[in-house]
Amino acid sequence: MRSGTNWLRAAAAAGAMAIAGSAALAQEKELVFGVQCDRTGATQTVGVFLCPGYHDYIALLNSKGGIEGYKIRVVEIDNEYKVPPAMEAHERFKKEGAVLHGLYGTPQTAALTKKLEEDKMLGTSPGFGTAAASDGKRYPYLFPLAASYWSQAAAAVEFAKKQLGGSLKGKKIGYLYFDNPAGKEPLEVLEDLAKLEGFEMRTFAVPSPGVEMGAQVIDITGRFKPDFVITHLFGRSPSVSIKELKGKGYPLSRVVAMVWGASEADIKAAGGFALAEGYHTLQFAGVGSDFQVIKDINEMYKAQGKGPPSQQETSVFYNRGVMIAALHAEAARNAIKAKAGGRPDSVDVKNGMESIKGFTLGGMVPPMELTPLDHEGGGWVQVWSVKGGKLTKTTDWFQAYRDVIRKHLAAVN
Amino acid sequence: MFHRESGVYKTTYASDMALYPLPVARWTVASFIVLFAAILPLSLHDYYLSIINLSLIAIVGALGLNILTGYTGQISVGHAAFMSVGAYTAANLAVKLGLPFWVTLPAGGLMAALIGAIVGMPSLRIKGLYLAIATLAGQLIIEWVINHTPAISGGAQASIQVPRPTLWGYEIRTQGHLYFFLLFFAALAILATLNLVRSRIGRAFVAIRDQDIAAEIIGINIYRYKLLAFAISSFYAGVCGVLYTYYLGIANYEQFQIGVSIDYLAMIIIGGLGSVLGSILGAVFVTMLPIVLRLAMEPLAGLFFTAGEMSSVIASTRLVLFGALIIFFLVVEPEGLNRLWRNIRNYFRVWPFSY
Repeated sequence: MRSGTNWLRAAAAAGAMAIAGSAALAQEKELVFGVQCDRTGATQTVGVFLCPGYHDYIALLNSKGGIEGYKIRVVEIDNEYKVPPAMEAHERFKKEGAVLHGLYGTPQTAALTKKLEEDKMLGTSPGFGTAAASDGKRYPYLFPLAASYWSQAAAAVEFAKKQLGGSLKGKKIGYLYFDNPAGKEPLEVLEDLAKLEGFEMRTFAVPSPGVEMGAQVIDITGRFKPDFVITHLFGRSPSVSIKELKGKGYPLSRVVAMVWGASEADIKAAGGFALAEGYHTLQFAGVGSDFQVIKDINEMYKAQGKGPPSQQETSVFYNRGVMIAALHAEAARNAIKAKAGGRPDSVDVKNGMESIKGFTLGGMVPPMELTPLDHEGGGWVQVWSVKGGKLTKTTDWFQAYRDVIRKHLAAVN
Repeated sequence: MFHRESGVYKTTYASDMALYPLPVARWTVASFIVLFAAILPLSLHDYYLSIINLSLIAIVGALGLNILTGYTGQISVGHAAFMSVGAYTAANLAVKLGLPFWVTLPAGGLMAALIGAIVGMPSLRIKGLYLAIATLAGQLIIEWVINHTPAISGGAQASIQVPRPTLWGYEIRTQGHLYFFLLFFAALAILATLNLVRSRIGRAFVAIRDQDIAAEIIGINIYRYKLLAFAISSFYAGVCGVLYTYYLGIANYEQFQIGVSIDYLAMIIIGGLGSVLGSILGAVFVTMLPIVLRLAMEPLAGLFFTAGEMSSVIASTRLVLFGALIIFFLVVEPEGLNRLWRNIRNYFRVWPFSY
């Protein structure tokens, strides 16, 4: 009996200490970042690599003393790629006092666009959401940060033009896409470019879930016989497209995939790097481990007696997580500096985001320039291609057909 | 709801038909009204209200599906599509014609009822698994049509931004406002269902579920009532979709895909087929349990893992726990939470003198 009460007393004391400890923590200089992730839903193939990259970069910052003296606490919510948890996540982040909201997923971004504006909460949607969100005037609190699907489509056409000898006149380009809003979004830009450059374009829709595209690929290789193929697929379908195109004898060196069909994991699932030799991919963050920041993260793990995180094997997604974290942190840094060390709120961080310029993280982040009008930062991409068993850089950062993109942005009513 | 009489003392039809057979039941309901209308919204943080709001929307949808599947015995794997029909109808009316929510909401419901009755037509000839596949086809067809008809979907993005609902010039936008907005419609849906299932129509539904040939022999027009069940059920689904649209401020068909239909089926199976309370319990269970599990795990996981690892551990463990709890509850009581609740109630009815 006596030992029982002692045990109870100890537990109560520990509880009291924990409460006191958390109160003390809260008083420390701390900023909260809210991020959504999908680790268990339809796009978990991306989330399980991307989100660890995010956390590792924040841990790295914290291990070096945080941002201008502020430690970062990340609240992550796994939305399972469903909309209701995304709504819950937003309210949770507000409750925790988050200064920004890292969105995950296109339907979730659409569902929260209005909320972000009402709550004056900065939201970032790299690779998700509508291309129209690049327009900072219409969407003051939404930041796509990475190249939108419009910019990617334009860049893909530009790349095809270079590969085909500088002119697309009379050429044929096939567009193989996932039949959902995200897949259809680039269509209008592609149609415009087809007129402008004088190439013939035909579209090939792959219905959800996108693991069966034999008919479309036969159509491409047997009938249309295009000079170049642009693919825009998600989830498991990019690997199927690589396998099918290869199997039907289409040269992969004349295929370029947009950003969600562009990871090492897709290539491995298609049968490995040897099979996918020549496959081109668009990237909105640098690829591989040859960056100072990745080395720093690995140093941090080494100091804890651990090896580099296994997620780095899919560096395409891991690095995107690092890039998103870095841009979040940079926005917060700008905001703190603008307030001379004072605690920034979400509006300050939004202004901080709008003043990001020349922040490249050793080449991992494109030379983007975010302004109150341009929340996309210029729509920069790199092309990385499968060569000799790994992804190698084919072009440096470039942007394409900005006037066409601007025309379309202006036309959104 | 919480109390039962100790015997049958009814002497008139009126007392037999009463919604509240005992005065104490009236008091329970009254205190529930006070709890939900005053105490909860005044005492809870917006975050918790937002979770309740999601549950309220789910309750409307679950009630509708339970009318069809639980009471009439017709399965539907296309309810999410009916929600999207309601959502897009309301969104188009609200944006293109500038109509207020008290017009768009019933309009969305009616349109969903119409489409639902059409999708339900195969139920006149087929049953069970075959009907499930037919409604599944309905789900996919509706998704495809919305995705490929800019006139409905409002463009390539297939999403329509909807203005916030206004009432007497007052904009309903915060979680607190939306709570009352949604509570009103959820309460209305509950009341309507309670009354529907004890009416002539409701009894006809139950007769069809139990034995359709017998029902036909006693003079129930099963074709009419089956289609009616589809229509009423889809009306609820449509309203649920409209509420969702106003809650989020956007109509987007990607929020109403096949997985959502399955979620709603899960709600009514966990809650209890053919019961109003079961629909409510199931909707709350499926909406809130994952959140509660996460909130419970966060401080615990913090003791053993770094911040980065924690997210991954919680996400995976939560799915396992959620699945395990569903199995646990269904093994303990295959007829769902409603039956479990009734068992508990019956046990305490004569407690402590059970012999």
